[in-house]
Amino acid sequence: MSVRFTKDHEWVRLEGESAVIGISEHAAGQLGDVVFVELPEVGRKFSKGDDMAVVESVKAASDVYAPISGEVVEVNQAIVDDPSKVNADPAGAGWFVKLKPSDASEIGALMDESAYSAFVGTL
Amino acid sequence: MAAIAHGTEMTPVTSPLKKTALHGLHLSLGAKMVEFAGYEMPVQYADGVLKEHLHTRAKAGLFDVSHMGQAFLETTRAKAGTDAAHLDIADAIETLLPGEIRKLKKGGMRYSVLLNEDGGVLDDLMVTRPSAEDKQGSLFLVVNAACKEADFAHIGASLTGRAVLRIAADRSLLALQGPAAARVLCAIIPGCTQQTFMTMAPYDWNGVQLIVSRCGYTGEDGFEVSVPSDAAESLAKALLEHPDVAPIGLGARDSLRLEAGLCLYGHDIDATTSPVEGNIAFALGKRRREEGGFPGAARIRRELAEGPARLRVGLKPEGRAPAREGTDIVDMTGRKIGVVTSGGFGPTLGGPLAMGYVDFAHAQTGTGVQLMVRGKPLPAVVVDMPFVPHSYYRG
Repeated sequence: MSVRFTKDHEWVRLEGESAVIGISEHAAGQLGDVVFVELPEVGRKFSKGDDMAVVESVKAASDVYAPISGEVVEVNQAIVDDPSKVNADPAGAGWFVKLKPSDASEIGALMDESAYSAFVGTL
Repeated sequence: MAAIAHGTEMTPVTSPLKKTALHGLHLSLGAKMVEFAGYEMPVQYADGVLKEHLHTRAKAGLFDVSHMGQAFLETTRAKAGTDAAHLDIADAIETLLPGEIRKLKKGGMRYSVLLNEDGGVLDDLMVTRPSAEDKQGSLFLVVNAACKEADFAHIGASLTGRAVLRIAADRSLLALQGPAAARVLCAIIPGCTQQTFMTMAPYDWNGVQLIVSRCGYTGEDGFEVSVPSDAAESLAKALLEHPDVAPIGLGARDSLRLEAGLCLYGHDIDATTSPVEGNIAFALGKRRREEGGFPGAARIRRELAEGPARLRVGLKPEGRAPAREGTDIVDMTGRKIGVVTSGGFGPTLGGPLAMGYVDFAHAQTGTGVQLMVRGKPLPAVVVDMPFVPHSYYRG
């Protein structure tokens, strides 16, 4: 399945059993240089829309919401150690967490890339 | 994701706002514009806050601070151009603030605070004595953008009959800050390298009358240049032509002043905080402390003698998480002892930093405290400010 997006600028991509989650290039650009990331513990369960992580730039702090419901199976310690990875490659090496989805159909309900691009264009 | 906290109150532009003379230049330089104190101002340019901050500390940053209020306060009781005229206008303004203005040398400037009757800070400001003989009896004032209408109304009304306030609405203000600032500015205004920190001198630049002050809000060496608004863009462009100069937005201005330990009015000091509590007692002249004769003198002299109930201190979180404005400060047992008034990430410091008020018992350097960030107590320590050493040019 291709990458999907939320209106809050998270992305989700299914890789095997787990859903990889990050923030969009648009969000990373709006936020500016990321200087701090706080990620949840492995094993924590989230419902869609819950506060899941925190990302901060020099000037502001933002919540990252769970785009789908599920349990954290892995977190990207590399962006905690070097937050600039979020800006350098938000769609790849700058991923945040991997969730085991509790309802995979939630992913399909999110925006695809062209719908998200159109949405960003309205902002 | 959604914004949960900001370093300063900056919101995207929505309603009709005032614009500075450099508005078009900001847009042409790729600025992201936000509302600040009723003005549409650049929060950052294409490089972003982090790079702009580091550039200012390494080379030179150009800031548009034209939203700030500039005015000349002139005596109406003494003949201008005499030392007696200076003493007369100094006596007048000393009724409103606790700074030593009488003894200012020609071309000297002071950081001071307008006080209310309770000794609370109405605004912080720069007060400059002109260097020119014929201008004695006048003071050049620079106040905060958000306070300027109220400040000017207060000063004008309070000094009716002895002084007149001429608001310099036709002047813009540019700040050039950083280790290369003197070299850059003196290339177009020869002579300004001789000026020391907290002095002002007038210059003629291609027929334009500039008021150049060696001061700033970053902790770096640098200048603030008052320029007639019709020449502001050409001056800004002349400075930006130098390869060491980059335009810097309000975002980096905030992180720079935070590292320098400098107060942002309305956040770190306000009408409820005295200058003693605000840890800016250096704004109180020695003679003025002894003599009083300024609003709130009783409270301020009592706080100087006995210690204030609370004090603004520097806070260094031990971890990586920034603590933003409004974060509760608690002691090791979890009891609330204060609140963060400014906080974020210091690019030069390479980590989080904050300032805030704690009760006096916890204000000593080295005291361990906890910052309640997203419900979790994070360890921090009370530290001396500035976080990054000042680099002022004192000659």
